[in-house]
Amino acid sequence: MTIQFNDETFHGDFTFKNSDWAIKRFPFPFHEDSYMYSVNMEPHKSYRPGSVFEKTFDVDEHYVAEMKDRARVLADDPLRCQSLPHMTLAGWDLVELIMEAKAAEYPDLFELHKDGNRWRWINKPLGIDDTFTFLDESTLPYGPMEYITRQTQGDFAVLDQRDDNLWMDAGMVTTQADWSLDFDIGMNFFEWHAPVPKAHEMGIFVRALKFLLNIQQGQPARRLNWTMTVNPLLDTSPENYHKWGTMKQGLTMENIGEKQHLRVELQTFFRLPRSNALVFPIRCYLIRFEDLVTVPKWGRRLHRVIRDLPEELATYKGFIDNRPLMVEWLSQYDDGSPTSDGIWPDD
Amino acid sequence: MSKTVFPPSIKSRPVYGELEARAGSGHLMIADAEGAEAILDLAKSADAAFWAKAHIIYIPKGTGTKYSSQLEELGAGQYYAGPSYEAAQSRIRRALLDCHMGTQVYLTGTESLMGQAMAEATAAGIPHTAIQTEHRGSTARRMQCVHCKGITEDVTTDPFECSHCGLSLFVRDHYSRRLAAFQGVRVDAEDPGNIPEKVELFK
Repeated sequence: MTIQFNDETFHGDFTFKNSDWAIKRFPFPFHEDSYMYSVNMEPHKSYRPGSVFEKTFDVDEHYVAEMKDRARVLADDPLRCQSLPHMTLAGWDLVELIMEAKAAEYPDLFELHKDGNRWRWINKPLGIDDTFTFLDESTLPYGPMEYITRQTQGDFAVLDQRDDNLWMDAGMVTTQADWSLDFDIGMNFFEWHAPVPKAHEMGIFVRALKFLLNIQQGQPARRLNWTMTVNPLLDTSPENYHKWGTMKQGLTMENIGEKQHLRVELQTFFRLPRSNALVFPIRCYLIRFEDLVTVPKWGRRLHRVIRDLPEELATYKGFIDNRPLMVEWLSQYDDGSPTSDGIWPDD
Repeated sequence: MSKTVFPPSIKSRPVYGELEARAGSGHLMIADAEGAEAILDLAKSADAAFWAKAHIIYIPKGTGTKYSSQLEELGAGQYYAGPSYEAAQSRIRRALLDCHMGTQVYLTGTESLMGQAMAEATAAGIPHTAIQTEHRGSTARRMQCVHCKGITEDVTTDPFECSHCGLSLFVRDHYSRRLAAFQGVRVDAEDPGNIPEKVELFK
């Protein structure tokens, strides 16, 4: 299908809205009526045409607006995009990965023409037509990672692999669930996950790291993660927490359906060929509660998951204060009937 | 005794050991305040040949001359006492640059001193296996405000006021080795003005 790109905002007047198409393809993250951490990795293979799992890098109706929001956040705080000096080659690997995938999978939107190392990249939705020399930084307006991630939805962490660990040595982070690239850059896998409660003791990170260290070229993996956000705010950064923290106040039974959003991250993991780095795109999808409950199974299940979530997790995810109200509102959409296995709607 | 036992914490928080005199082509010792005690303890098991190859960089902070004369008498090949970390920084960088293969680095005193010197040593290419640390003295923290990015030194309370932007910040255990700082986040972000009473957590 040809995508109609929305004219919408993720801050200020918050005009973000999901079409019926976007609601139907939303990556609902709960495959059963409860939630606990797990190393829920699966191969990132094309799956269910039309779903967010079909393409290597999903492009949807929010693409143009999300890229505008990224440019706005970067203008406000350039430290959201950083790359330690040894990560430039990984940036070029990422340019190649994204351009080749998008040109092949969305030929009506993106084109890549190669003449040796002379590449021409056409990005129709953003009105970009650039010719540059692959691996020559001086021929791009930004560093390679910044250049391509200003044109790709989702945050990007680029991880160097050494000493049997992964090191967050580069990233583009403007749509994050409350973590700071500027603070975490240079940390290893255990250090940047240090604030997550319970999961260390459960052995989650040791197992996840073992899995990630062994990801091979051409065999990417994926998982879903989730949290909650009041208003469709992509930039829930710690840097700006003193500006958006107050939005969590003032939810009522009348406005929670519109203001409260489930925030889902589609995390994917790709081995990069020249640098042997691992790139970790974290793509954020938002859906307001009132849209989510239009899928009856999702409404019933979300009610049960939020109601029964361990307190530590609700605290860490930042919605412990609003949980009683969420549960009360969602309970209207839970008739107690059983739900089917898996994340997909029943119809 | 100024040795500190830190409670178990999250995995980004550094842990420290105890200095021991190791064989090496040189010995670079960087210390502040009560860190001098760790060097003096180490001195009990180090001979004159060890000290001949040693370079001590010491920042007494509030301890005045309590330790400096004892350190000076150890007979280090080079001894320097400076008024602040910032003042000593260019000397520290030069000393790290002059290190040869096999030089041992000893860092002791406050977390702020050890963290900053560790970042310098790592940037200079000293392998982590050649760097030892031992905490002594104050547990006050070096904090970065996540909002304005300013660093506040010697934080002893939670919450505390950022010395740059003035926001009241709560003290996290999340620690960046690159910045040599813990993270401070506005404590009343969700309910402006609702600032809990300060508790002295560090001395």
